Amino acid sequence: MKLEMRGLTRRFGSFTANDHIDLTIEPGEIHCLLGENGAGKSTLMNMLYGLLEPTEGEILVDGEPADFDTPGDAIAAGIGMVHQHFMLVPVFTVAENVMLGREQTRGLGILDRGKAAELVRELSTRYKLAVDPTALVENLPVGVQQRVEIIKALANEAKVLILDEPTAVLTPQEIDELMDIMRALKKQGTSIVFITHKLREVKAVGDKITVIRRGKVVGTASPDAPEAELAEMMVGRAVNLTVGKEPPKVGKPVLEVNGVTVVDDRGTTVVRDVSFDARGGEVLGIAGVQGNGQTELIKSLLGIIRPDAGKVLLEGQDISRHGPKDSLEAGIGYIPEDRAHDGYVSSFSVRENLVLDLYRRNDFSRGAALKLDAIEKNAKARIEEFDIRTENMNSSLASLSGGNQQKVVVAREFSRPLKVLIASQPTRGVDVGSIEFIHKRIIEERDRGTAVIIVSTELDEIYALSDRIAVMYDGRIVGTVTPDIPREQIGLLMAGAHDGHETQAHETQGGAA
Amino acid sequence: MSDVSVQEPAKSPPPERKGEAREEGNRWAAYLPTIKTTVAAVVLALLIGALLIIFSTPRVIESLKYFFSYPWDFFKFAGIAVWDGYTALVKGSVGSWNSIERTLERAAPLICAGLGVSLAFRSGLFNIGAQGQMLAGAIAAGYVGFHFDFPPGLHLLLAAVAAIAAGAVWGGIAGWLKAATGAHEVISTIMLNYVARFLMIYLLGKELFQRPNSNDRLSPPPAESATFPQVFGVHTGVLLAFLAALGVWWLLERSTTGFEMRAVGANPSAAATAGMHVQRTYFLAMALAGALAGLAAVMQILGQQDSLTENVAGTVGFDAITVALLGRATTLGPVLGGLLFGALSSGGLAMQAAAGVPPELAQVLQALIVLFVAAPALVRGVLRVKAEGDGGTVLAKGWGG
Ligand SMILES: Nc1ncnc2c1ncn2[C@@H]1O[C@H](COP(=O)(O)OP(=O)(O)OP(=O)(O)O)[C@@H](O)[C@H]1O
Ligand SMILES: [Mg+2]
Repeated sequence: MKLEMRGLTRRFGSFTANDHIDLTIEPGEIHCLLGENGAGKSTLMNMLYGLLEPTEGEILVDGEPADFDTPGDAIAAGIGMVHQHFMLVPVFTVAENVMLGREQTRGLGILDRGKAAELVRELSTRYKLAVDPTALVENLPVGVQQRVEIIKALANEAKVLILDEPTAVLTPQEIDELMDIMRALKKQGTSIVFITHKLREVKAVGDKITVIRRGKVVGTASPDAPEAELAEMMVGRAVNLTVGKEPPKVGKPVLEVNGVTVVDDRGTTVVRDVSFDARGGEVLGIAGVQGNGQTELIKSLLGIIRPDAGKVLLEGQDISRHGPKDSLEAGIGYIPEDRAHDGYVSSFSVRENLVLDLYRRNDFSRGAALKLDAIEKNAKARIEEFDIRTENMNSSLASLSGGNQQKVVVAREFSRPLKVLIASQPTRGVDVGSIEFIHKRIIEERDRGTAVIIVSTELDEIYALSDRIAVMYDGRIVGTVTPDIPREQIGLLMAGAHDGHETQAHETQGGAA
Repeated sequence: MSDVSVQEPAKSPPPERKGEAREEGNRWAAYLPTIKTTVAAVVLALLIGALLIIFSTPRVIESLKYFFSYPWDFFKFAGIAVWDGYTALVKGSVGSWNSIERTLERAAPLICAGLGVSLAFRSGLFNIGAQGQMLAGAIAAGYVGFHFDFPPGLHLLLAAVAAIAAGAVWGGIAGWLKAATGAHEVISTIMLNYVARFLMIYLLGKELFQRPNSNDRLSPPPAESATFPQVFGVHTGVLLAFLAALGVWWLLERSTTGFEMRAVGANPSAAATAGMHVQRTYFLAMALAGALAGLAAVMQILGQQDSLTENVAGTVGFDAITVALLGRATTLGPVLGGLLFGALSSGGLAMQAAAGVPPELAQVLQALIVLFVAAPALVRGVLRVKAEGDGGTVLAKGWGG
């Protein structure tokens, strides 16, 4: 199926998010869309999938004009879309989810679960998806849930599959698996529109690249083009893809973590006796496959969850009984992993979100009264400084593009003096230009003497920023190494293999468990 | 003519619409009508009300018998009936100073209690308990009002403070239960409504609360010294209702506490991560909601000088929920909603007196407005308005977007 967009335009009020976009998706190609945050990629895809009505322009399916009023129309025309926020019913099985909305019955309205399961099994083997139709969705890891979404689209006989930043929430291994799936789909003739900010992925699977900037198509490129060239096309200037930094001037330990243990609601010990120091003027990277206790460890440092054992000392003061309020006020900056859940309030304006954890400070309130002027001035400054693309400071966060939402959270946490900065996936969903900027800011913060802790599932990011890397596996820190060791070695640690490095590393950082 | 709807996953925020208030976005927000739906609901209710007037007017029914030979009569009489009815409604609600007084006095408790429901709503709580909170306030206002003997002014102040405090305690109990045990506020406030009602009945059976030499479940009226002075025939307590609206507006939009309430209401986990005390905020919001319901009781007992009876609160506490939802849980909204319902109720009386329309019609109008507001799809269907993203549109954004 050949899908063409001609002069597709979408305006939000006076703002033009898509400006006369022409794009053709040929059958059986993986077409990558690149573009900075707020360029209009998701908006374009929402129009293709019938979620937004174009202000102008038309969509052609195999040369015939098509009018998608609802996603139902788009699905009927053979378009499938996997959203970032999965639209699955967690308490249903995979087969039931696939069946949803197109229930097959055996007469008398009895659901034919068997048939649905068979379909799932068939699609699963055909595209090597390895999905069990009887598994409950809530028990599946994110990567597999995403595959269920893909199966849903395939069950509707999608000929064009839209994947909007599918890799932002995946672990490196899941990303590799997704790439394989994409190749398999392509081989069977399905076209894929693939949106990502990671140039490596584009180069790995892409057939064609279209770059969008500020709502306009600014060019096409071949996946063979060097990364730097692609990056420049996206943001309109040369981007420095490596972080420039001096050797750290390591100071005293600022945050000392001693034997922290966290038991989750289900009684499983998720963080086991973790000890480390974060030292001023140094970036400590915490690497590990998602789900090995990093999330809980970080939350216990801020006091969002109370550690069940162990101590957290900030400049010698025990803060393990603190709640987030005291921790934030004591000088910890925090960029949460799941920004939509913990990082911002989507119905609040950009202005309000930029002071979400700062409004108590004297800068922004006097007694019980908010200082609106100061809050406004702060918003102006941050929007400018972090290049947050928003119509104005009163737009709600819900109207911002994903990457710009992240920039709001990052900008907020950088807007006060810090002793410790804890950043979890700080550049998730952010374009290359902004990654450069955020990385630069993190290093500046380090050079100001702040102890920086970066948690990331992306080794690239860990390597780019860290002066020291602690690897977590199964709730423990299984080794602390320096970033000059080869990736394979870290990979082994992340997979749980202990080796000589561990002890050696522990000696360097002073007797951690 | 733009956005198209799809089913909305439970947790997604409602879509953003240009030029609309952006305060909605908490988990109850899906129940809030848009301004357009609200206006349409009122208009539709009035249209159906007109039909009801037509078919409850004997002269019109008579004319139907010879409709085919002389249809003009039917249309003439129908037109006259509707015109008479609705002019009486308007005259009876805002047509004279007298009727404006009555409208204001009826609107005042609705506004206060409606603000309370609204405030809780913005904090992510569905407060069904305005009725019980009002009854608690009424008991306190009544008791202090008729039982003690203080100098004027001071007496009024004490009675009012007692009522507000009692309402706050009643609301605060539900808030505390939620904060401490996670008990759902919808359930606990409904239960507390019953408790307050039976407490009132129990107390009215005691001599302490009855008029001298009487066994009726009826308390003495509040002492003169505990009532609001009248100016131009309106008790000055009405002013407090408007001041309360101003106060709630300031609290929600201009204060740090309101910032916390709105954040907790819209996204409790982001609020907690930002260092806000979610449970404390729930408690505070319910206590304040109760205090506002207590103020509604002040309007009735110390303003309109009602004596305590089982039915002293009427249905104000429940109408307050409607008023708040109709007012889209903003601050100005419940004021307008309260005035509308106050006008309907005071105009309804006049309609009966002047045009012979059954007094229930005003209540039917209220009920129809509620029905249409609660069923926006129905309104849209009737008006053939194309779905414009009202209700459940969700746009696919970047992850988490
Ligand atoms: N409902 C809306 N109301 C107003 N503006 C909107 C709305 N939806 C999107 N926009 C604006 O349109 C622009 C394009 O947004 P879009 O989500 O398409 O960007 P994107 O290219 O997907 O970015 P990202 O890489 O960050 O996901 C942004 O500036 C955004 O603020
Ligand atoms: Mg996007």
